[in-house]
Amino acid sequence: MDYSDLIEKLLNGNSRAVARLITLVENDIEAAESIINAIYGHTGNAYILGVTGSPGSGKSTFISTLTKLFAEQGKKIGIICVDPTSPITGGAILGDRIRMKDNFSLKDVFIRSMANRGQLGGLARATEDAVKILDAYGCDIIIVETVGVGQSEVDIFKSAQTVIVLLVPGSGDDIQAIKAGIMEITDIFVVNKMDLAGADKKISDVMQMLELKMNYKYESESHGENNLLESNWTPEIIKVNSRKGENFEHLIKLIDKHREYLKNSGVLVVYQKNRIKSETIQILKHKISEKVEGLIHSNPTIDEYLRLVMDKSLDPYSMANLIIKLLGID
Amino acid sequence: MAEIDENKTLKPTKNERQEKFENLSGIEIKTLYTPEDSKSIDYNRDLGAPGEYPFTRGAYPNMYRGRLWTMRQFAGFGTAAQTNERYKFLLEHGTTGLSVAFSLHTIYGYEADDEKALGEVGKEGVSIDTLKDMETLFSGIDLSKISTSMTINAPAAILLAMYIVTAEKQGHSPDKLRGTIQNDILKEYIAQKSWVFPPEPSMRLIIDTIEYCIKNVPQWYTISISGYHIREAGSTAVQELAFTLADGFAYVEAAMERGLDVDDFAPRLSFFFNSHNDFFEEICKYRAARRIWAKRLKNKFGAKKKESMRLRFHTQTAGVSLSAQEPENNIARVTIQGLAAVLGGTQSLHTNSFDEALCLPTEKAAKIALRTQQIIANESGAADTVDPLAGSYYVEWLTNKMEEEAERYFEKIQALGGVIPAIKANFFQKEIANSSYKYQREIENKDRIIVGVNDFQLREACATPLLKIDEKVGEEQVKILQSVRDQRSNSQVQDKLEKLKQAAEGTENLMPYIMDAIREYASIGEVMTTLKEVFGEYREDSIF
Amino acid sequence: MTENRKIKVLVCKPGLDGHDRGAKVLARALRDAGMEVIYTGLHQTPDMIVQTVLQEDPDAVMLSMLSGAHKALCPVIMDKLKENEIDDVLVSVGGIIPDEDKPFLEEHGLKGFYGPGTELKTIVEFVKNNLKR
Repeated sequence: MDYSDLIEKLLNGNSRAVARLITLVENDIEAAESIINAIYGHTGNAYILGVTGSPGSGKSTFISTLTKLFAEQGKKIGIICVDPTSPITGGAILGDRIRMKDNFSLKDVFIRSMANRGQLGGLARATEDAVKILDAYGCDIIIVETVGVGQSEVDIFKSAQTVIVLLVPGSGDDIQAIKAGIMEITDIFVVNKMDLAGADKKISDVMQMLELKMNYKYESESHGENNLLESNWTPEIIKVNSRKGENFEHLIKLIDKHREYLKNSGVLVVYQKNRIKSETIQILKHKISEKVEGLIHSNPTIDEYLRLVMDKSLDPYSMANLIIKLLGID
Repeated sequence: MAEIDENKTLKPTKNERQEKFENLSGIEIKTLYTPEDSKSIDYNRDLGAPGEYPFTRGAYPNMYRGRLWTMRQFAGFGTAAQTNERYKFLLEHGTTGLSVAFSLHTIYGYEADDEKALGEVGKEGVSIDTLKDMETLFSGIDLSKISTSMTINAPAAILLAMYIVTAEKQGHSPDKLRGTIQNDILKEYIAQKSWVFPPEPSMRLIIDTIEYCIKNVPQWYTISISGYHIREAGSTAVQELAFTLADGFAYVEAAMERGLDVDDFAPRLSFFFNSHNDFFEEICKYRAARRIWAKRLKNKFGAKKKESMRLRFHTQTAGVSLSAQEPENNIARVTIQGLAAVLGGTQSLHTNSFDEALCLPTEKAAKIALRTQQIIANESGAADTVDPLAGSYYVEWLTNKMEEEAERYFEKIQALGGVIPAIKANFFQKEIANSSYKYQREIENKDRIIVGVNDFQLREACATPLLKIDEKVGEEQVKILQSVRDQRSNSQVQDKLEKLKQAAEGTENLMPYIMDAIREYASIGEVMTTLKEVFGEYREDSIF
Repeated sequence: MTENRKIKVLVCKPGLDGHDRGAKVLARALRDAGMEVIYTGLHQTPDMIVQTVLQEDPDAVMLSMLSGAHKALCPVIMDKLKENEIDDVLVSVGGIIPDEDKPFLEEHGLKGFYGPGTELKTIVEFVKNNLKR
């Protein structure tokens, strides 16, 4: 299939082309390959923010307010909202868009909703590709929004340069969840709804959580390039009121500060390398498992192995090793 | 073969039509009810005489023997002139009270030529922009002789102001005026969705109207605390009962916080319920409502006057229960629902027209709806004694059960901090979304039968004549609006709006300022825009 | 196309009509049938709807209208879609649509007028069978 027409429109700033291309990369991995192939050279200009938080933390209002400020600075913004796919029905209600401000101008802000489609591996791939498309389209800033603070959110944010986690004053459940998941990669903790009682307590809870992390790091050993990653950026904590836009100038300064830090410390390069590695591994995993599945369903040698396993002459691990030999990747 | 178990109740027989029989609220209904089921009831404590605490048996001592319920048919469409004609038609045919349906642009406070009003003018209700339209709406109708109910919420204060000034121009002082404004913003956030401002300033406006009317329009009912829309949005009967009363309690609390005396304003609160398919459940719902309200007003809010504890209500039969398929079947449905409302003791009743699911009512359909009420009143005997179903083992059991279930909801709402926090936490919206989805699944699985819709369907389509609203209505209304703008003093309008804005930023009662503005023929849209500048606009969280 | 293809649907409430019970129930049913659903919320102007279509690229747009404004608003929506070269989206309107208005709406490119009493599974099947791409 030839996507050059769409890609040309994309590079010329046509919104419909963006939307069509994102649909293609979501639904068709072969199309994704051709498309990314064609546009990769045009990416790398956008700055990518990851935003998440527990349900009720006010992400949409937060993102709307932040977006409005970026737009006032003359920036072009892309927003991708990721919602969970129901594991039972395979469908999804993509409910973030409705919570955003509805008066953004099309030329300034492009909003796209995506379902995470449940499977690990494919999960971040489509989002990653959508980010590249928005990048090639000309966005200065791309915000990836998702809900939840667990392990799967860590995957989604592989391509984000600054990761922001939202908390709200009140119960401590969110701290517990963050500790177990996304804490490692968070760059800025934002306590939203700062007008509510308990905002300062939440800030000190976060600081406590981070101290524990810091202490652990000093005691452990790290070597080489990866040491840089854990290095000198101490996660920042800030409180805001998204409804009123309070403290957002300070927040934007923090984001800029992090951006500068990434550039100047060399961390950005390491980070990009790691990101490319993990992206490629994901693609490889997908391709290889497709190949393997194709093989298992069609190759007569495999039937032989199966018989042996059923007879208990062979076990599944040994069968796997034999298949690796068969594929020639041992 | 029927067997009696150790509780002296009938054990369900094995050959019944269904595994279980659940009513629309999910309450399981037994084969037979016996004295066992109502033995805990104390007549004086739980029932009492009609018109006496706790009012279970009725709001007034002799109910319809003294005076029949008001036959108040909701109407409104097109321009004020067209609706004026329909009102005169209904009054000639025996309607005893007027009920105004407003066009969506009026409800949201947009002028007829606003971009947002495109396609909506005159549809769904009568189009009102300025005082001029109000004068036309009631032209030739003596406002001191009828009572008028206005279904309006966010701009209710403005429409009330217009009504008062229209009556003034007819030569009647406000203390003569009888009627209601719906003015129930809490249920808008929960169900009907015609909100404009956020909850807190909306409550302020409502308490302003209550305060104003206590002094100046003492016969007026300032809120019609509504369950109708909550039900239509998909709630169960129990939820309708609980959420409506919870809203009522919230208004009482807010008014008391303003410093008003409960015995001054509570007598001017009224209610508006739905009458749905399950005949007995609806009757029990109304009885439970009266009892719950009376007990709370007395025990929690310290009301001393009987009038404060007495729950009065208007009923409308359930629009959502009517089918587009075989619409004449709806006449039978409305009759059953209307009868339930009467046996439940409603003070006024609107019966839907059979073409409800197709369009706005034609004259013929509107007439049949009215005749249905007249037949119930004059031919069925239902109006000849008070609360005839009292003492029925089933009815008393179910009334108690509904009260219990409602109390459970009150606890949940209390735990969330009250009605407004519960709205913000999307509590009601989630309950309603779940009930409506469950109901739809039951219908699709044929666990519930709707005759002519999912069973007993006809093969051929039938043609029903429909009311068409001329698309030209929009143009006509815009012309009227434009001519008002040309003829009024725009500088006066600006001046009054400016004064209104300043008052809105403070804490004064806004009614006098609103009245001043509309007297100069400021439009509803202009007043609402001014208030939006101060109060902001509400955004809802969409809940499934 | 791999088997990862999902049907994406926009459920909209154009105009001032606030009766959203049906739209929400439909959104849920479409989700339960494995589709990805965006509900736009109330008070959508034609411009807002078209902007959403431009960005979200749905396979189908389901308009829910109960206020009688369908003859005014639907043509405007269809014209704006055409202006933006969007011609491969199924556009359907449900709610209260009198029979006599259906030919007019069909002429403007709308299909499938599902009103009160329609089974959800009928609408789900309709969407599956009438996609334009």
